[in-house]
Amino acid sequence: MTASVPRFAHGSRVPGWDDAVDLTKDPATIPDPATTPVPEQLRRDIEAAMAKYPDRRSAAIPALHAAQAIHGWCSPEAIDQAACVMQLTPAYLNAVATFYDMFETTPRPIHHDVYVCTNISCSLLGGDEMLDALIGAAGGDESIHVRSFECLGACDIAPMASIDGEFVGPLIEEDAAKIVQDIRAGRPVLESKQLRFRRCVDDDSDPGQAPSAPPQEFVAPTDAPRADTVGLSSADRAEDRPGPSAAIETTPETPAEPEE
Amino acid sequence: MPKLLFDNIDEPGLNTLEVYRRRGGYESLKQALAMSREDLLASIMDSNIRGRGGAGFPAGRKISFLPKGEMQKYLVCNADESEPGTFKDRELMQKSPHMLIEGMMIAAYAGNISKSFIFIRGEYQLQADILEAAIAEAAAAGLIGENVAGSGVSISLVLHRGAGAYICGEETGLLDALEGKRGNPRLKPPFPAIEGLYNGPTLINNVETLATLPAIVKMSGAEYARLGVENSTGTKLVSISGDVKRPGNYEIELGIPSREIIYGLAGGPPSGKPVKFWFPGGSSSPVLTGDDLDLGYDFDTMAKAGTMLGSGAIIVADESRRVLDTMLKVAKFYAHESCGKCVPCREGTNWTHKMVQRIYTGQATPMDLDIMASVQTQIIGNCLCVLGDAMAMPIGSMVQKFRPELEGEIEAARQRNFGNEADDVVAMGVADELAGPLPVH
Repeated sequence: MTASVPRFAHGSRVPGWDDAVDLTKDPATIPDPATTPVPEQLRRDIEAAMAKYPDRRSAAIPALHAAQAIHGWCSPEAIDQAACVMQLTPAYLNAVATFYDMFETTPRPIHHDVYVCTNISCSLLGGDEMLDALIGAAGGDESIHVRSFECLGACDIAPMASIDGEFVGPLIEEDAAKIVQDIRAGRPVLESKQLRFRRCVDDDSDPGQAPSAPPQEFVAPTDAPRADTVGLSSADRAEDRPGPSAAIETTPETPAEPEE
Repeated sequence: MPKLLFDNIDEPGLNTLEVYRRRGGYESLKQALAMSREDLLASIMDSNIRGRGGAGFPAGRKISFLPKGEMQKYLVCNADESEPGTFKDRELMQKSPHMLIEGMMIAAYAGNISKSFIFIRGEYQLQADILEAAIAEAAAAGLIGENVAGSGVSISLVLHRGAGAYICGEETGLLDALEGKRGNPRLKPPFPAIEGLYNGPTLINNVETLATLPAIVKMSGAEYARLGVENSTGTKLVSISGDVKRPGNYEIELGIPSREIIYGLAGGPPSGKPVKFWFPGGSSSPVLTGDDLDLGYDFDTMAKAGTMLGSGAIIVADESRRVLDTMLKVAKFYAHESCGKCVPCREGTNWTHKMVQRIYTGQATPMDLDIMASVQTQIIGNCLCVLGDAMAMPIGSMVQKFRPELEGEIEAARQRNFGNEADDVVAMGVADELAGPLPVH
């Protein structure tokens, strides 16, 4: 979806489409842990994610989020590191990374994400103009990546944008410069327009217009039982984790239905 | 009007267990755990609650489809709220996360399920953080995990963040994404109730449906069924946006006139101009016009009017808006989000997008509207999932209801660009940069 990938509206003849593959190269296999250095934090994050699921492949999206946060984009190096920890081929993770909008598949430094909604409700109220204003305000700064995004689920504050996950709106064009200043200064972005402080319009219990109290922080005690890996007997936890391709095991109480 | 979900939703600290409990939270869970599974399921069936995610399938029957007996079953909460115009689950999860957790525990108990997941869209970072904290808090209090609330039942709960794909809101696409694959929909049957997540029987419900369960248990299903109208029982969160004075989420009783929502609650268009068209259930629903404002807002009335209640997302456009602009946004959105697995959707959404662009550049003829309508009929019902249908239905309805206006647009653009080379038209900036250069004929 970027200028570096040539696309043609009337056909698929992207230059190079008929070049033969390089048959002298072996297909990439699971990266060898001995030759693939992985940052310690990344390894811990991915391993923690894998432990939550019955199948380690379920951690592909969390792993790519973690790798992208360190590398700025899903670079071959980032993919290799995640693939090494997950013991999957880089091709598998590449396939996942190219499917989802939040994963960057073109080179990019570590950056701030500015998603500007340009879907129906936001565009009715000036989302497209807001996108242009923000692109102008960022002025080609590589560390601020402004892009149009599909509906972000905040049409009540249209036109809106998400800055590193913080939803702000309703925006006017003058806000663009403030947003960029706030990002550069490293302070909360456009705090007066953040969604987290917005009251529900349907709340008629308190007619005052005071902003909503922000959600209270909660820190779980470190020795608290966990919600993800608990819930099953210890014997069940120790057993081998089957993949999605594993056959369903039926217990003797519920024998499989005889085939007719 | 009774409020079940949005009752004092802005109470400070409602996202913490302490405040939620003070308001009687998790009492429904204890009540449910004290009931037998059959009685609980019967109560949910009595409530006649229909799924709030879009399809409107009766939630109780969905649970009853799960195979009986001891086996690994899964519960998945669909929090991938990406239907344009919908933002009800966002507010619910951000302000009252424990309501969802309690509802999930009730549903898991009713279906004899020991593993549950919440699939939340990756863009909802604040909401995911809040939910994660709430899950940790509930687990610390023994309300999730082994021996839920002292009942001897074990239910685990994992929050899974997506990474931005509309198709993951489709239930089988969501399951593939949760399994760590590209989120392509699957062939049905087998339906997820028989073979879903990790090949096990899986119950999938929307956030709002699950969050309503504590209220249903508390007031009993039969009592809940008295709210709303026949076949559309209970209350519903409605997200209203676009040209209205007070956009936002409202909890309404199903069956009230649409005018009461658009004009009464949301205040109508701020310009004072009449409503030209509106989407009653997200961008996937066929549009209605200003003449349809007196229709009752419930599943059956909307279906009779040739549209659908969908996710309960109303988008309003007043007289000053061009239908063509909205049409382009709809076509572009679905062309971008089509996963590419089924040909009719992959090609149909892209060609519809290109045909709408041609109207802007003056290259279209009125016959293009017929072609566009025929493309829509070829998509509907011919794909694994309804993403293609979700574009075909609104586009088809716009062509049908606003044909004279669209023909006027075609003629005006033709005259405007007469004699221009195609390259000049592109240089005018009407082409959508994301779709690449315009087709040249």
